[in-house]
Order: sequence, then structure tokens, then C-alpha cells
Amino acid sequence: MPRLVPRVAQADPAVPHEWEHRPVRQLHPWAWWGWAICASAAVSLTTNPIVIALIAASVVVVVLLRRTDAPWARSLKVYLFLALVIVVMRLFFQIVIGGVRTGTVLFTLPSVELPAWAAGITLGGPVTLDGLAVALFDAVRIAVMLLCVGAANSLANPRTALKSVPAALRDISTAVVIALALIPQMIASIHRVRRGQRLRGGRRRGLSALPGTVLPVIEDAVEASLQLATSMEARGYGRTRTTGEQRRGRRQLLGALLAVLFGTYVLLAVPGTTPGWLGLSTAAWLAVVLIGSAVALAVWGLRVSGRQLGVTRYRPAPWGSPENVTVACGGVALLVILWLISSLGVPGEMNSMQTPVRWPTLPPLAVVAALALVVPGFTTPAPRKSP
Amino acid sequence: MIEFDHVSITQPEATSPVLSDVTGTIRESDLCVVVGRTGTGKSTLLGCINALVPMTTGATMAGRVRIGGVDVTGRRPRELADLVGYVGQNPLSGFCTDVVEDEVAYGMEQLGLDPVTMRKRVEETLDLMGIADLRRRALVELSGGQQQRVAIAAVLAAQPRVLVLDEPTSALDPTAAQDVLAAITTLVHDVGLTVVLAEHRLERVMHAADSAIWLPGDARAVFGPTAEILGIADVKPPLTQISEALGWPKVETSVRDARRKVATEGPHLDLPNLPVLAVSWRAEGLTPVLTAGDLAVHYGDLRAVEVDLELHAGSIVALMGRNGSGKSSLMWALQGAVASTGRLAVRDVDPRTASDSEARRLVSLVPQSPADLLYLPTVGEELHQADRESEAAPGTTRSILATLGVDLPDDRNPRDLSEGQRLALVLAIQLAASPAVICLDEPTRGLDYQMKAELTGIVRRLAEQGACVVISTHDVEFAAQTTERCIVLAEGEVVADGPTRTVCCASPSNSPQVAKVFYPHDVLTVAEVKKALALQAVRP
Repeated sequence: MPRLVPRVAQADPAVPHEWEHRPVRQLHPWAWWGWAICASAAVSLTTNPIVIALIAASVVVVVLLRRTDAPWARSLKVYLFLALVIVVMRLFFQIVIGGVRTGTVLFTLPSVELPAWAAGITLGGPVTLDGLAVALFDAVRIAVMLLCVGAANSLANPRTALKSVPAALRDISTAVVIALALIPQMIASIHRVRRGQRLRGGRRRGLSALPGTVLPVIEDAVEASLQLATSMEARGYGRTRTTGEQRRGRRQLLGALLAVLFGTYVLLAVPGTTPGWLGLSTAAWLAVVLIGSAVALAVWGLRVSGRQLGVTRYRPAPWGSPENVTVACGGVALLVILWLISSLGVPGEMNSMQTPVRWPTLPPLAVVAALALVVPGFTTPAPRKSP
Repeated sequence: MIEFDHVSITQPEATSPVLSDVTGTIRESDLCVVVGRTGTGKSTLLGCINALVPMTTGATMAGRVRIGGVDVTGRRPRELADLVGYVGQNPLSGFCTDVVEDEVAYGMEQLGLDPVTMRKRVEETLDLMGIADLRRRALVELSGGQQQRVAIAAVLAAQPRVLVLDEPTSALDPTAAQDVLAAITTLVHDVGLTVVLAEHRLERVMHAADSAIWLPGDARAVFGPTAEILGIADVKPPLTQISEALGWPKVETSVRDARRKVATEGPHLDLPNLPVLAVSWRAEGLTPVLTAGDLAVHYGDLRAVEVDLELHAGSIVALMGRNGSGKSSLMWALQGAVASTGRLAVRDVDPRTASDSEARRLVSLVPQSPADLLYLPTVGEELHQADRESEAAPGTTRSILATLGVDLPDDRNPRDLSEGQRLALVLAIQLAASPAVICLDEPTRGLDYQMKAELTGIVRRLAEQGACVVISTHDVEFAAQTTERCIVLAEGEVVADGPTRTVCCASPSNSPQVAKVFYPHDVLTVAEVKKALALQAVRP
């Protein structure tokens, strides 16, 4: 009976992705973020374009060496382009609207007097070398800070990053993960409804199309979230937390918040006095102490409230020596730059936004910072690449 | 294993209970199937088992539910996660993560199991459900059958003793449904789990079921062995109908048993056989209404559809093929709503270049989720809007709805309608334009046997009035009963195009149960068997 041979149920053959199964250690995403934030902070402290360029080069080298094939890893180009846009825009506005108009005049644009309501803005006028240099140095600093964030984005796996938050923040990260997963579903549902409108012949444009699109889409979204909630409930979400029990760790987190508030106030609003120990003023030291204690309180609070949750993690991203080295490298670079801008280092050389402009020089110690930043490009495990 | 003790459930704002005084037991390691017409409370009964009802629906409940001797009444579903695994109707919307492996581990993370146990159980569960090679795949890119198996694996990892499944195979093509069912039977036979499932397409699961619960719709629930319950239930899969037609004392629940019974006891009927030559569709004497030449749909690099096709007035065409074979894309392309290349003409007009309202008069489509087309607050306004859209006389759509055999009050909200009513409303709206070709995309999803029979009648009437009806479906029984021509798509190409009898009887996965029972006769429906019986009775 050849036609009625019983079918044997088989698993669908999977696409052979051999390289997917090779266990390759990936650096903890927060290590990349720590490294990138240190680099970004270091850049923010100086306006010396040579130092900034060196740091930027280190960051780009590391990204090129250690990025994967994942979709988010392709974002470096975008960030480079954005950085370029920032520099170009800043120079354009410097030339057209101006700011600094003193110093060596390169050329003069015809100036336009604006009416009274736009008083204080002049279009055109003399374009000076000093003005351009100041604008360029400033723009490069912002552009490279952005580039550092971009580097973290292309190196760190965003999914793992969201999953590797402290237990106390797990609720928030769950919500973010779900929201991220729902966005493509929502887009698909909008697309489906829009397409369906043609079927009724009454396809509308503009505002009148809104109810026809929004109602079915919202209905879809509400239904999907209800189903998700049911599924999460059925699978034991939140069962390790006893209902009605007071959330612990609240006081510590509140304290941390207040300490950050005061610390930032002292740092930004209290004028610096005479430099004291290690070149920092008394006010700066107070700020450091306040912010430090805020961090400690936050860690304590998160620990305490995390312990209340009995949720465990399947295959947490490991944190080992490569992670420590990576973050330490960023820390070393930041410390070197901090030293250089303090009164013990060469604050004059690190600040190039001076008039009259002079060609920036490279403090030899800054090379150490750049070298420290490039080290993770070699010490971290190499990413897997598809053949 | 599961005991219902005088369980009554009343939905919020309802006057009479959905279930009242339900008492019965499901034995340990049974595969129990809950049968009943749409809206009789199948999902409610399933929800009782892990306390989702009344916890998440706001219903009021009386009586007790015990699982393995443990009283679970009044507990929260989350506390029962390691006792009862529950998979809802749409597995995709129940996923909490985005990768297979994480999804399987999710439930165990919530239970607070230690990582070593979790790793071991994840591996075991992946192997048990045969999805180990999918472990790093994104959930959204899996096929329907794979998603269903991942959803089952995800609840299994918590090692429950009871598994509750709400329509696990309804949305799947026959092959994927068999995969899922094979996985479920493994769990029952090898692991010893108790599985309770609700299913509209009984022909897919009845042979594997040990017991059944019938909800007649009057708030009762009847417990019993599958064959007994199917003998009295008002939902009649083809095998029940055959048993009834042939006057067997007991319903045969599997094709094998029915075949053996026919072989030993007869009756040996004079049943229709395939004409040897009529393999492909013969269009002589028919008026072509739609012609498509090299019609192709591309999504990026992917070629979803590429067909040559001619459809004829007054014919009913089934479009079959596995999930993702291009059935929906072809229908949308015929309507002109999806960009396509090649030639396409309906009554010598190309719907792709015609205006929306004109395209609607050429080809009308009822999409897979009919609710997408409804956006007004009441049925009355929807009907009125449909009249205006099709430039028909006021009341046209309302009278079409009446001829479909459905009467809906004007002030009902379309979102509160049942699946079948909503389908009828959208069908009426689409028919108001009196189109030459009517496409129905998966219309039988969520319909019970009686509603499907009504739909068959509606479709036949439309064809008699001269329209061409194209129905994409996974439902072999429905296709066998309703359609005369069957087109099978695979990877966007037509792989078979012929009379439904030829196409369906020639393939094991696509043949209806009647054909399997009466092989080698190529009989499609129970009606044909009855006719042959009557003829035999007349002749000596």
C-alpha cells in the first residue's frame, strides 16, 4: 500500500551552523561598557586633539580586532559617520554664526544684520584661525566621546548586557526584553492592518486613516500582552517573592540617590579653592567622598533586594580575568589623564582651547593612556567568525 | 490524577454558569481530549486545572480541583508551575525570551533552581522534544510546529506531572501537527505524563486519546473513554460519521481499527474510483475569470511565489501546502495588494493597477485574521460603511449577512463576536462588492464541525452564483468536502493542480480519513459512502 505508508515524525533538519556550537568565550558586555565609559570620560577631560586622536585610534583598533558578526557589531560605521557629522556641523556653525571672531583672520564673509528679535546673532563676519581651531578641538572631543559609546555598542552583546543586570533590576530588564521583542510584532501588526485596509477599498491617507489602523493594532497588542501575562503567571513568574512582603534595600538606594545629588552639586556648583592634596581642592574631595559612598550604598541596596528574590540565572555571563584586565585598562587610561590635567601634571598642554591658538603638543605620558586602552584588543578572547 | 469535584464556574457579568457541577476524574498517564462546540467552555475547563481560571479571568468558582490528591483550589497558577505545565493557544505570544535555550530555562529560573540542575534539565528537555539542534535559534524565525514544540519543552523543563494544551495543532499543517502529536504521545507513553488537551480538529488527535470530556454546551461535562464519548458527542469527526453511517455499535477511533472493521465485516460498497486519465485539472467548458502568467512575489532575495494559474467562474478551489509555502502570498498577489511581477488579469483588468475599490470588485480577500478589517464600534456601523464602500444600496450587506445564515444585532461590538460570527461579518462585508473571485485565507481556524459544514454551504452557494472561490487551508477534511479543484503549493510553486479527489487521495498526508479507511477506493466524503449505501440497499 504505497500511498498510505505511515509517516514517521522527524525533527526538522536544522541549518548546519557548526560555528554556532563551538563554545567561544565572549567578554562580559559590562566589561566592554566599563572600558568604553573610562575612555569616554578620559576624552571628556581634555581638549588636546593629539591625545584625543590617539585614544580614538586605540578604541577603533580594539573594535576592529574584537567585534563579532552580530548585527549590532556593524554599527561602528554609523558612529564614525555621526562623529564626522558632528565635526562638520560644528565647523559650519562656527563659520556662519561665529562665536570666537578674534585672532588671525583667514577670510571674511559678508555679514548680515538680523532684525531686532534675533539680536545677538550675527551671520557671517571674519573667520579666524583661532575660532576654527577652538571649534574643531571642541567638536573632536564630543565626536570621540560618541565614538567610545559606539565602540561599546558594537562590542557588547545588548541581550547579554540586559540579562546580566543585578538581581534587583531583573524585573526592569525583563520588561525591557519583552518590550524589545514586542516591537517587531507591533510593526508586523501595523503592516498587516494597513495592507488589510486596501481589501475594504476604503484606504485612507493622513489622520482619517488613524482609527482604522490604531484600533486593530491596539487590540492586537493588548491581547498579546494578556496572553504573555497568562503564560508568565503559568510558568511561575514571581513565585519566589512572597506577596505583601516589604521590599528590602529601599533605604540604601534612597540614601545613594541623595548622596549622588549632593555630590554632583558640590562638584559642579561649589567653586574650586586652592588645590590641596593630589591637586584636588577640598570641595572636589568632598564630592569624591559623597559619590563614592553613593556607589557603595547602591551596591549594598541592590545586593540586599536581590537576595530577597529567589530567582536564579541559567548560564550567567562569566566575569573573570579578561574582564578585570579590560576594565583595569580603561581605569589606568582614565587615571593617567586625570593625573595629567591635575596641577601635578601638565594642565596647560592638555587644554588646547586657548586664544591665541598654538599648536598642541603631546605629553609623553598620554601615550601610556592610549596604549592602555588598546591592550584589551589583544588580551580578550578572539570573537568567532563565520567561515 | 486530576479530580473535578462539583466544579462550577460563572464568568464575570454572566447570568448562567459556563460549567456547573462538573464532577469527574482524569486518570494518571491519560491523554485526555476535551471536545465540544465553540464557546462551550473548553478553555475554561483547561484553565481550572492550573488555577488560571478563576485567577486571571475574574470568574467565580465553586467546588474543588485536586491534582494527584493535592487540592489546588484557590492557589495561584505560579505556585503550580512545577505541577502543571500550561501552553496557550498561540505559543509565540506566550514566549518570554527570544532564544530557544533561554526560553526552556526561563521557567526554571523563576522556580529558583540551581544552575547545575538547570543545565542538565535543559539538555534533557531539548532532547526529549527533538529540538536540540534549534537551541540557539531565535524563536520568531521557527516554523509553527517548532514553536509549539519549544513551548511544550519550556513548560516541561519545570518537570510538571500534568500538561495542559489549548489547541496545540489547530494552526499547523498536517505534517507539523503530526510532529507535535508524536512528541505529545511520547510524553504520555514513555514519560507517563498526564496530558489534557482541547482540539477542534479531532481527526488529528482522537486516535491517540485514551479518554475524552464532552462539553455539550449546557454547562455539563461528560467524562468517559474516547470511543464512548465520541458516540454521543455533537462534534463529529469523519470517523464518527462513518461509524454512524455504517451502524457500528462503537465508534472506531483510529483509521487502522476502522479499516480492519471494514475489511472483516464489510460492507463492500461500490465506491467511486479515480478516472485513470484525469490527473490534472481540465478546464474544458469552463469560463476563465482570472489568468496569471509567471506571477511572482519576491520578499528581498526570497522568491515566495511563482505560478501560472487560471481560475474559472463557478469553481471552488482549495489551496494547500505546508506553512510558508506561499499560499497567503499568492492570494494577496491575486488581490493586487502585494507587489508582484508577471501578468495578472481578472475580467481583463489588472487588479494591481486598478483602484482599491475596483480591485475589490475583481478579487475580494478575507484575511487570516478577519478582525484586521473591522474598526468601527458596532456591527451596524460596519455594515453601513460596507454599503458605502461598495457603492451598494443601503442594507445590501445586512441582507448578505442574513443569507449567510447569521443574524447579528446592530449594536454588538464586532470585537465581542465569536470566531465564526466575525468571519461571517467580514465575509458579508467583502461580498457586498460582488467580486468575481473570493479568496478565503484559512477560514476554518477556530470553527467547529458544524460551523465548517455551514461554511461549506455558503461557499457552494457563492459558486453557484458564478463566483470563483479560492480557499487556502490546512484542513484536509474541509477541502475534501467543499472544493472540487485542489492546488498544492511547495516553495511558491504549483506542485499539483487537479480535481480534489485526485490530488488528495494521492498523498498520505493530504488524504481525508474516509479515503484512508476505504482505500483503494478514492472516496472523499462520508456523504459519498452514505450514497453508495443507499444505492446498495435499493439494489438487491
